[in-house]
Amino acid sequence: MTLRELLSEIATPDRQADRVVPPSGHTAWLTGFTAGTMAFLAVFALALSLAAGRLADRWGEALERTATIRISAPEEQMELQTRAVLDLLATTPGVASARALTDAEEHALLEPWFGSDLPLDTLPIPRLIELQEEGEGYDAQGLRQRLAAEAPGAVLDDHLRWRQPLAIAASRLRLLGGVSILLILASTAAMITLAAHASLAANAKVIGVLRLVGARDIYIARAFVRRFTLRALTGAAVGTGAGLLAVALLPSADAAGGFLTGLGFQGAGWLLPLLLPPVAAVTAFLATRAAAFRKLKELT
Amino acid sequence: MIAFDNVAYSYGGGELLSEISLRLTPGSFHFLTGPSGSGKSTFLKLCYAELLPTAGSVTIFDREVRSLGRDEVARMRRRVGVVHQDCQFLDHLPLAANVTLPLAVTGRETNAQDLADLMAWVGLGQLADALPPALSGGERQRAAVARAIITSPDVLLADEPTGNLDWEMSLRLLKLLVELNRMGTTILVATHDLNLIRNAKQQVAARVLRISNRRIQLAGADL
Repeated sequence: MTLRELLSEIATPDRQADRVVPPSGHTAWLTGFTAGTMAFLAVFALALSLAAGRLADRWGEALERTATIRISAPEEQMELQTRAVLDLLATTPGVASARALTDAEEHALLEPWFGSDLPLDTLPIPRLIELQEEGEGYDAQGLRQRLAAEAPGAVLDDHLRWRQPLAIAASRLRLLGGVSILLILASTAAMITLAAHASLAANAKVIGVLRLVGARDIYIARAFVRRFTLRALTGAAVGTGAGLLAVALLPSADAAGGFLTGLGFQGAGWLLPLLLPPVAAVTAFLATRAAAFRKLKELT
Repeated sequence: MIAFDNVAYSYGGGELLSEISLRLTPGSFHFLTGPSGSGKSTFLKLCYAELLPTAGSVTIFDREVRSLGRDEVARMRRRVGVVHQDCQFLDHLPLAANVTLPLAVTGRETNAQDLADLMAWVGLGQLADALPPALSGGERQRAAVARAIITSPDVLLADEPTGNLDWEMSLRLLKLLVELNRMGTTILVATHDLNLIRNAKQQVAARVLRISNRRIQLAGADL
C-alpha cells in the first residue's frame, strides 16, 4: 500500500461503511485515551531527546577545542615556568593561542567551592593556562614530553577524560529519548490492536451479516480501520497539545540554567511534536488493519 | 449453477448429510423439506459456502467452493440472495439501510424509487426508518426477502421464509418467488409448509426435495 492510498483510505469518508459498525463506547474511549496519553509522553521523550542532543553539542563544542595546563611549582619558580610554558606553546603546531588565567579568574573558579571570604592569596594555588586548538590540533603526547623537559611542574589536561563520559552520557540520553518514542509507538500499536480485536469480536454478528450480503474483507476492515485511525489521530492531537503546553510551562532556560531548565524545544524544534498525531494515526491504521484482517480470517 | 457431488457434512463427530449429489440448474425452482434438525439449513449454507463440505465437492457458478479465495466467496455471494430463518439484520441501522446493504457493500447507489417500490411491495413502505428490533417477526421476514432480492440475484435461497408470515403474506411471497423464477432466478426454498408447496406447484414446475436419514431424495407426488 502506498502512502497516497493510505491517506486516501483515511481521508475519504465512506458513510455507508462507517455506519455499518455500531458505535462502541469502551473501545472508542480506550483508543482515544491511549493515543492521547502516549502522545503526551512522547512529547516529553522528544523534548528529552532534543535537549540531550543540544547538551552533547554544547559540551562537545565547549571542551573539544580547548585544553588546560596546570602548573604546580614553588612560588619563586611559578612565573618562570609559566613563561616557559607560554613560550613553548607559542611554537607548538596546532595551538592557536594560549594565555594564563589571571588571579581574579582563578579566584572566581574556586569561589563556588571555598566561598568568597577564604584568604585564597595565602594558598598555593596552581597557575592555569588555557589554550585553544586550531586545525588538526596539537600532538598531546609530544606536548607532554616537551612540558616535562621545559617545565616539570606543568601538567596538560586535554579535557578528554571529562569530555568523553559527558558526551557518552548525553548521547545515551538522546538514544534513550529515541527508544522511548519507539516504545511509546509500539505500546500505542499494541493497545489499539487489543481494542480493535475487542471491537471486532464484539461485532462478530455484524461481520456475519456483512459477509452474508457479499462484503469483502477490505470493506469490513475499512469500517473498523478508519474509525480507529481517526480516534487515534484525535486522541494524539489532544495529548500532543497538552504535552506542548506542559513543556511550554516549564521554567525557561537562563544563563545559570542547568540541564533540567533546558528541557524543552527551541526554534523549529517546536514543530517536531506536530508530527506525533499523524504518526499515531498511521500507527493506528497499520495496527488496526493488521488486526482486522487477522481477526476476519479467524471469524471464517 | 449449484452442483453437489457425493457431498457429506459432519459436525461434532456425527454425519449430518451424506452422499448428496444433485444439480440446481439455472431457472429451476426447488423446495426442500424434511423434519426439524434434518439438515435443511446446513444444506442451504453449503449452497453459499457458509459451510464447506467435509467430503465430496460443491460447485457454485462452475467453481468448486474449496478453490474460492475469500474475495471470490464474497463476489459469489453477491449473486446469491439468502433469506435466513433468523433474518440477520444490523440492529442499529434503519430498515431501509438494512435492505440496501447488499448494494452498499459493493459501492452501488440505491435508486430511491426502486427502494420505495420494493418496500411497498413487501408491505413495509411505512417502516423504512424503523429499527429492526422494533419490527414483528413477519415484518422482519419480509424485510429479509426484500434484502435478498434487491440485487436481482441469480439464485435465491430461503430458509423457512414464511415461518412468521400469515397465509395471505405467504401467498404474496410465493407469488414474488414465482415471478422471480419466471424472470430466470433459480429458487431453493427450505420449508415445512406443505400447503405452500402445493400452492406453488399449481403455479410453477417446482421440484420437491426431501432430506431423510441424512440423504436427499426427490419427494413423490403425494405433495
